[in-house]
Amino acid sequence: MHMKVHTGHVLRTLVSWGALLPMAVTVIVAYLGTVLWSLKISFTNSRTFPSDELVGFAQYTRLFANERWVLSLQNLALYGVLFIAACLAIGFLLAVFIDQKVKGEGLFRTVFLYPYAMSFVATGLVWQWLLNPTNGLQQAVRQMGFEDFTFDWIIDQDMVIYTIVIATVWQASGLVMALMLAGLRGVDEEIWKAARLDGIPTWRVYLSIVLPMLGPTIATVLVLLLTAVVKVFDSVVSMTQGGPGTASEVPAKFIMDHLFGRANIALASAGSIVLLLTVVALVAPFIYARSRAASKASA
Amino acid sequence: MRRTMKQFGVLSVLMALAGVAHGAGPQAEVIHWWTSGGESAAVRTFSEAYTAAGGVWVDTAIAVGEQARSVAVNRIVGGTPPAAAQFNTTKQFLDLVEQGMLNNMDDVAAKQGWDKVLPEPVLNVVRVKGHFYAAPVDIHMPTWFWYSKAAFKRAGIANEPKSVDELFAALDKLRAAGLIPLAHGGQPWQESIVFTAMLANVGGSELYLKVLRDRDAKAIQSPAFKEVLLAYKRLQGYVDKGAPGRNWNDATALLITGKAGVQIIGDWAKGEFSTAKQVPERDYGCIPGFGPKSPYIIQGDAFVFPKTSNAETVKAQKLLAEVMLTPATQVAFSNHKGSIPVRMDVDVSKMDACAQKGLAIMKDKSRQLGNGEVYLNPDQNGALSDVLTAYWNRNIPVEKVQKDIAAALSN
Repeated sequence: MHMKVHTGHVLRTLVSWGALLPMAVTVIVAYLGTVLWSLKISFTNSRTFPSDELVGFAQYTRLFANERWVLSLQNLALYGVLFIAACLAIGFLLAVFIDQKVKGEGLFRTVFLYPYAMSFVATGLVWQWLLNPTNGLQQAVRQMGFEDFTFDWIIDQDMVIYTIVIATVWQASGLVMALMLAGLRGVDEEIWKAARLDGIPTWRVYLSIVLPMLGPTIATVLVLLLTAVVKVFDSVVSMTQGGPGTASEVPAKFIMDHLFGRANIALASAGSIVLLLTVVALVAPFIYARSRAASKASA
Repeated sequence: MRRTMKQFGVLSVLMALAGVAHGAGPQAEVIHWWTSGGESAAVRTFSEAYTAAGGVWVDTAIAVGEQARSVAVNRIVGGTPPAAAQFNTTKQFLDLVEQGMLNNMDDVAAKQGWDKVLPEPVLNVVRVKGHFYAAPVDIHMPTWFWYSKAAFKRAGIANEPKSVDELFAALDKLRAAGLIPLAHGGQPWQESIVFTAMLANVGGSELYLKVLRDRDAKAIQSPAFKEVLLAYKRLQGYVDKGAPGRNWNDATALLITGKAGVQIIGDWAKGEFSTAKQVPERDYGCIPGFGPKSPYIIQGDAFVFPKTSNAETVKAQKLLAEVMLTPATQVAFSNHKGSIPVRMDVDVSKMDACAQKGLAIMKDKSRQLGNGEVYLNPDQNGALSDVLTAYWNRNIPVEKVQKDIAAALSN
């Protein structure tokens, strides 16, 4: 009887490891393996083809002496902060609006979520046409009579990154709204009843009671938005091609350009390792804090 | 049941026959990026000539040059190479040569006498360590000055500008007449073209070679090169606000409709003018350069032949190279493409007025210069392009630009 339990236990363990094996192989080979390969290539002088000649930190030195790369990092930081803040704010407000049990709720939900169904490329293209000073919004408002109206951010060196923020926030807010709405619907009716009894205004309830309860939802949303920020490439390529000049350059575009057009995979790999380290540096303290909170909770 | 078997039998016989017929002539899969109307017509002259010579052309057209080149490189590395792949007559395929991934075309070159009929800048690119690794097929000149005759008339410009100073005077007159003086598409490669035009016409051939071929730091820091950069930046003042991001053919459209006066772009613009039924010397003018010694900047397309030991494919590659460089095919191709033939010994008397102007200059060896990419590898050329496009769009002191260019070209 004791033996049977033991072999049953061993069998179960084997089966579970067997089921995890494909995933483990994928993670180790595809994720970790390729990251290590990129790391190795970034220390060589590979051009079109990988080479084994190590050159130390030369590529990293060259990377940070490159104005276009430094500008792309600055743009990414600015874009990231604005994109995440705007998406969270707008998504939350839209979710609250729909949560008020308005008529035609299904229709509103569809309308707000619809932009997310578009590809980044289509979004970028449409917004490029809208923001074009000679054929877009500026021209339309001028024709309505406001002769001095200017909205030529897309051709302005300093303002072009904000146009990318506008286009991508328009697209991603719907998703944030959908996730927040799911979170809001999970709030117990009793809380609302109790708040009404106490005479607390609705906005106060949302801000001080409901929002903290949405903690896990917000964490999920942040993860999704952060990955979208680091990946931003197709919107930039379709809206401004990194222009005017190099004003709206982002790291992903810099890396892609150097991988293919510039035939310099070593520099591109160095750039991607720097990007990886940036993300790890941002996320690590957060994970550490959460694991400490979890261990404290279980203690 | 019997009828089905009979049909099946007929079908399999037909398929077997088709298989045999398919393996008739040497089959060549060709990767290229000629997807626009005029370009497709041009590449069709090649496929038709190849089929007439007994081969089977398998077309793999991939839009956008950079895409097509990366697909070609990936396929060569991955082990399923095409028979031929298009590159530019530049250092783009040098890495492939150095890794031993291309077949050479020495027999075809000897047979057709390439070293006698191809211009020197082209020879220096396709001939590496004494072997011919690419078949060049055309020559484009990227720095023509096109102007709209209607716009010039409206601005009261009687004569074609004969010097850079006269060009600036003409641009001033166009601005005074309320037209867009310089039609420009704000993309980095177009800004590189404007820079190349200024380097060739303001700096001269010697400075051009010192900067782009020799990457001489002293030449880059010299006052003469400073003048070139200032002239380049000065042109930016004549461009309209809608220029950033504009495609080159939209800028040409401004000339065709008479809204703009001048455009600095390559001879592929001729296709746009012809499609709009405009005729050179009547509706538009073409200036190859200023001064009697203005250089003819050479850039072009070339096909490389990935290494393979398959005898059939090697036969196909040699036939392809031979067909592409026969004089008749060269002329037919160039007429559709807007380029001039890469062979200097073909009969070009029937080509249009602008092509004739270019060919006359090409005959003088001392005026043949390669485009930047002929001398610089893609990385250096890209770094230079970054500096130039930043200077065009922002107010950066010219001394800093000189330093940045020296740094970009020193890699």
